[in-house]
Amino acid sequence: MAATLPAPQLKITDLGAGIAFGALALLTLIIAGKTEYPAYAFHALVFAIASGWACFKVFDNATSRGPVAIPQEIGGKPNYNMGPVKFATIAAMFWGIAGFTVGLVIALQLAFPVFNFELPWISFGRLRPLHTSAVIFAFGGNVLLATSFYVVQKTSRARLAGDIAPWFVILGYNLFIVIAGTGYLLGITQGKEYAEPEWYADLWLTVVWVVYLLVFLATLWKRKEPHIYVANWFYLGFIVTIAVLHLGNNATIPVSIFSPKSYIVWSGVQDAMFQWWYGHNAVGFFLTAGFLGIMYYFIPKRAERPVYSYRLSIIHFWSLIFLYIWAGPHHLHYTALPDWAQTLGMTFSIMLWMPSWGGMINGLLTLSGAWDKLRTDPVLRMMVVSVAFYGMSTFEGPLMSIKAVNSLSHYTDWTIGHVHSGALGWVGYISFGAIYCLVPWLWNKKSLYSDRLVNWHFWISTLGIVLYITAMWVSGILQGLMWRAYTPLGFLEYSFIETVAAMKPFYVIRALGGGLFLAGALIMAYNLWMTVRGAPEAREASLGDALPATR
Amino acid sequence: MADDKHTPPEVDRLTGIATTGHEWDGIKELNTPLPRWWLWTFYATIIWAIGYMVFYPAIPLISSHTVGLLGHTNRAAVQVELAKLETQRTIQAAGLANASFEQIKANPDLNRIALARGKAAFGDNCMGCHGAGGMGFVGYPNLADDDWIWGGKPEQIQQTILHGIRWEQSTDTRVGNMPAFGRTGMLKRDEIAESVEYVRSLAGLDVEKSANLAKGKEVFAANCASCHGDEGKGNQELGAPSLTDAIWLYGNSRAAMTEGLVNGRAGAMPSWSGRLDPVTIKALTVYVGSLGGGQ
Amino acid sequence: MTDIPATVPRKTSLWARHKIFETNSIFLILGVLFVISIGGLVEIAPLFYLQSTIERVKGVRPYSPLELAGRAIYVREGCYNCHSQMIRPLRDEVERYGHYSLAAESMYDKPFQWGSKRTGPDLARVGGKYSDEWQLRHLNDPRSVVPLSIMPAYPWLATTDLKYNDIAIDMKVNRLSGVPYTDEMILNAAADLRAQINPEDPGAADVEKRYPKAIIRSFAGDPKRVTEADALIAYLQVLGTMVDFKLYDNKANLR
Ligand code: HEC
Ligand code: HEC
Ligand code: HEC
Ligand code: HEM
Ligand code: HEM
Ligand SMILES: [Ca+2]
Ligand SMILES: [Ca+2]
Ligand SMILES: [Cu+2]
Repeated sequence: MAATLPAPQLKITDLGAGIAFGALALLTLIIAGKTEYPAYAFHALVFAIASGWACFKVFDNATSRGPVAIPQEIGGKPNYNMGPVKFATIAAMFWGIAGFTVGLVIALQLAFPVFNFELPWISFGRLRPLHTSAVIFAFGGNVLLATSFYVVQKTSRARLAGDIAPWFVILGYNLFIVIAGTGYLLGITQGKEYAEPEWYADLWLTVVWVVYLLVFLATLWKRKEPHIYVANWFYLGFIVTIAVLHLGNNATIPVSIFSPKSYIVWSGVQDAMFQWWYGHNAVGFFLTAGFLGIMYYFIPKRAERPVYSYRLSIIHFWSLIFLYIWAGPHHLHYTALPDWAQTLGMTFSIMLWMPSWGGMINGLLTLSGAWDKLRTDPVLRMMVVSVAFYGMSTFEGPLMSIKAVNSLSHYTDWTIGHVHSGALGWVGYISFGAIYCLVPWLWNKKSLYSDRLVNWHFWISTLGIVLYITAMWVSGILQGLMWRAYTPLGFLEYSFIETVAAMKPFYVIRALGGGLFLAGALIMAYNLWMTVRGAPEAREASLGDALPATR
Repeated sequence: MADDKHTPPEVDRLTGIATTGHEWDGIKELNTPLPRWWLWTFYATIIWAIGYMVFYPAIPLISSHTVGLLGHTNRAAVQVELAKLETQRTIQAAGLANASFEQIKANPDLNRIALARGKAAFGDNCMGCHGAGGMGFVGYPNLADDDWIWGGKPEQIQQTILHGIRWEQSTDTRVGNMPAFGRTGMLKRDEIAESVEYVRSLAGLDVEKSANLAKGKEVFAANCASCHGDEGKGNQELGAPSLTDAIWLYGNSRAAMTEGLVNGRAGAMPSWSGRLDPVTIKALTVYVGSLGGGQ
Repeated sequence: MTDIPATVPRKTSLWARHKIFETNSIFLILGVLFVISIGGLVEIAPLFYLQSTIERVKGVRPYSPLELAGRAIYVREGCYNCHSQMIRPLRDEVERYGHYSLAAESMYDKPFQWGSKRTGPDLARVGGKYSDEWQLRHLNDPRSVVPLSIMPAYPWLATTDLKYNDIAIDMKVNRLSGVPYTDEMILNAAADLRAQINPEDPGAADVEKRYPKAIIRSFAGDPKRVTEADALIAYLQVLGTMVDFKLYDNKANLR
């Protein structure tokens, strides 16, 4: 049988990757055997299985592929590599629903503490980071991976660079998510918001991220278009900056390679500054720059209109990324961070307002001349409302950065309201819009299974968002005011526990809103499932994919 | 295909604005100038920011940072605020600090202020143990009744709050432990059971029919009376509660009593003299006294 | 239609210069890296060299081994998701929680635990506010002492033995990045940890010598068995107690 196959050709890259995976499998196997921490042993085992599988897969692929390389073009058209994009799209939907569900659970825990069930792994303190990571990094991250790999190919008219590299990025990233998420439940955390994964997960993410950057860059290098499209500026800005932030905020020394624990090299006030330099710019580059990349492709594409202003793109891109980096200290107003740094954080946040709105303007006004499409196309409507939410939260953000306002809002539910108007409204809706676009395109369907269901999704989740954020505004401001309330005689009016009790109705309303948002996402998943299952329809030639890559 | 060198920009029909001449996957860009209002608002925020940085501490230098024309700092500002609050309260506070408890009681204004101040401090400092309204929990005495372990006179209450109860870090703290008779082997099992029945009889609680009360009385006289008194009426000097009434710090079940006899009891209350200022503690005393049982 | 409006970029206009970033991904990356470095450098670097960043105060010491282990439990359970440890210099906070927090008070904290949400009260000065017995009961079942509390119960802490095989390495790693643990402290780490919950332990006096003002007693009730609750309560009881504010000069550290 072997004789009938062409002589296997093991490329040096395949060999290298195979050996690396093999070595990793061995190393993690040793760790799994030697460590005294069961949770860590479990993680090591997961790594061992994953890298063992990858090692096998690499050699298997290389030997069965034969001497023919995957063609870059077929019939003069780029042979786009959509397999990884499809995977990330499905992963995004999966993690989205998981993350929203956990959000609902923690919302219920705050309203009714019995939902903690006195079980270590699902108590609020462990589930909350699971929620934030699941929605931001798992859901948002997979949306960013899927769309960036899609957009960079399409706007470069070139096949994604590398054969195994794109798959390594997607699968490696999702492995990181599994490790991070199960780690929280098992009590493995670094205790830094939005950077909770421990040192070994961080290290793994670093490798994945470098490959991500290389795949993205190398695809740009192969491009047939003379210019790099604006969406790709944002994607590139996001990828590069997240790498820098990740390294800075995760500079830890592990206790040993047989322990999951590590200590960050910074401490106290410097650590706080590093943390919020990171935390704020995770918002700025992950949840903003990256998602602006999505907006810059999917809105003009869907609306079939040119981007409103190229010049605005330039100015708001550079000013946004320049100013964002400075704004971190607005998370540390009135803390033990020196005042001068707080001033910088506040003033740069104010200056950030217009650069942020530059993105909103470019998104919204791209529809000029095509506003009527909002009536007929619920997907486009979702994306446009998303941009409106973006505008709203980037107005609210600078407002909350003003120290006088922050002295009230900090530590309260107002922050949570702000987060979720950005997270549900902007990040959620632009992602939903992009996925609604992508699924028929990727699976070669003429349209979605049902536009009516999109409409239902839209209205149910909009109601959910409105309930969520209005409840949090009221409770946040109430909480802030109660904490600082003085009686006419000049004494604190409320004890802390009275303010806790006062939040209860709003926590219930928030949970209701979250439930609606989740319901909308479930409708979406059903719609997408039915779309994929539906009969394939030849896509219009102008959208022009050739055969999807063999996988 | 689009290329900036070759394709002349076209004009978008709907807006009348030229494109840049590029195209990516069917997407073009208009070359619309920056919206004026946008640009001017941006400039305005920049100017405001620079102005703010001139007035407030902002720029880090080599060995210091700019302090700003206003000389403002968060920490100085809160000290001013607190001082203002102090002045607002001085008149009240001076009154409180100097008045005796009788005088406070006699002066409705002072009393009202003391109660307000005491109530505010109670909510965040004492409620965790003594509950809302001072109703207490198992192990944390009710402060709203007239049964006092360490005394219900204002001076006694104040002493308790100032120095705490069995609070190691405070030298003047109230001490007096219920020994662990069982664990240390001072009493045997049946002796403990007998004294429990005897104590129940003192308090008018139900008693086992088979109980040997005479034996219990003996054990009590030999071991307990030194603290709880011959008749079990308690001793506030030692913090030994009365065992004859219906009020039980740890409950009146046999199990709770036996547990206390076996392992001892030593509820601790923090000392507040370092945490709260003397006037607040005085106010708390008045407030606690007002809850129902002050003497 | 063939008229090209004045808004079209000319080769000489500034807009046309942007081409270099649009046609060369390396320039684009370098541009991004340059632009994002500035803010970070200006805001972070001075915190390491400006003397005024961390106040000079007496009393702040590294955590004892038991406290350090307790801190790890605090982090593991995610208490920071609900509790801040940062009292701001605002009138109501100083009144409610005590003196505003100093940077010096968290200078050995890796990572810092200032928090960003106060679902529960600030804990920066909770040390000494309650008895150990209360803390234990509150952790086991918060609603048994605070009926309206929404804090989760942590009953497993009191029943789980503390794992501290690595405690000496923990301290070594802390020392690598600036926490002044001495060789002696590291050598005696595990013994000190056990001694801190047992006043009768012959090593108890040394613990206090090495870690001034350390509280030495059985936090969770059994001096022979170190549980996670012992460690966590030891940590909670030291919070905010290291600096003696009677000796602290408020005017000296305004910044
Ligand atoms: C850690 C829990 C705790 C806190 C907080 C606390 N207490 Fe207590 N308190 C106790 C315990 C326990 C006792 C009873 C000790 C005993 O068994 O003798 C007590 C006893 C008292 C008594 C004596 C009661 C009597 O019958 O003699 C007074 C008065 C009192 N507390 C007032 C206060 C005030 C006022 C505050 C707040 C400033 C406060 N307590 C805070 C635990 C606490
Ligand atoms: C050295 C003094 C001392 C001796 C001797 C002593 N007690 Fe006590 N007893 C106390 C103190 C002090 C308390 C309160 C402990 C607390 O408040 O935490 C107490 C509490 C009690 C309680 C709980 C009261 C309640 O309200 O729940 C009972 C029951 C009791 N003692 C019974 C006895 C009996 C029976 C004996 C003898 C066998 C005895 N005591 C001997 C000091 C003593
Ligand atoms: C869901 C949010 C939540 C989590 C998670 C949480 N707490 Fe709490 N905590 C609260 C609330 C609300 C209160 C106020 C009511 C009360 O005292 O129970 C509180 C009160 C406290 C207090 C009393 C503070 C005071 O000054 O009265 C301490 C101490 C405390 N928590 C410690 C912890 C520790 C340690 C953990 C982690 C193991 C933790 N908490 C996790 C919500 C939380
Ligand atoms: C069903 C939908 C959702 C529900 C019910 C929900 C609920 C919650 C709850 C209860 C919290 C904790 C708030 C607190 O501690 O007081 C929270 C925090 C958070 N959520 Fe969500 N959430 C949802 C969706 C999302 C999405 C889609 C995102 C992001 C894309 C998101 C991002 C976050 C972030 C970043 C935080 C932390 C906020 C902070 O620390 O200030 N959430 N969420
Ligand atoms: C100009 C833009 C923005 C500014 C100036 C800004 C400002 C702020 C401020 C002042 C806070 C409160 C910090 C505190 O008091 O603790 C905050 C919190 C937060 N914002 Fe924004 N915001 C902006 C846009 C956004 C957007 C678009 C999102 C997106 C999804 C977002 C997500 C968050 C999150 C997750 C937090 C919570 C951080 C935490 O855990 O404490 N922000 N922001
Ligand atoms: Ca991390
Ligand atoms: Ca937060
Ligand atoms: Cu921010």
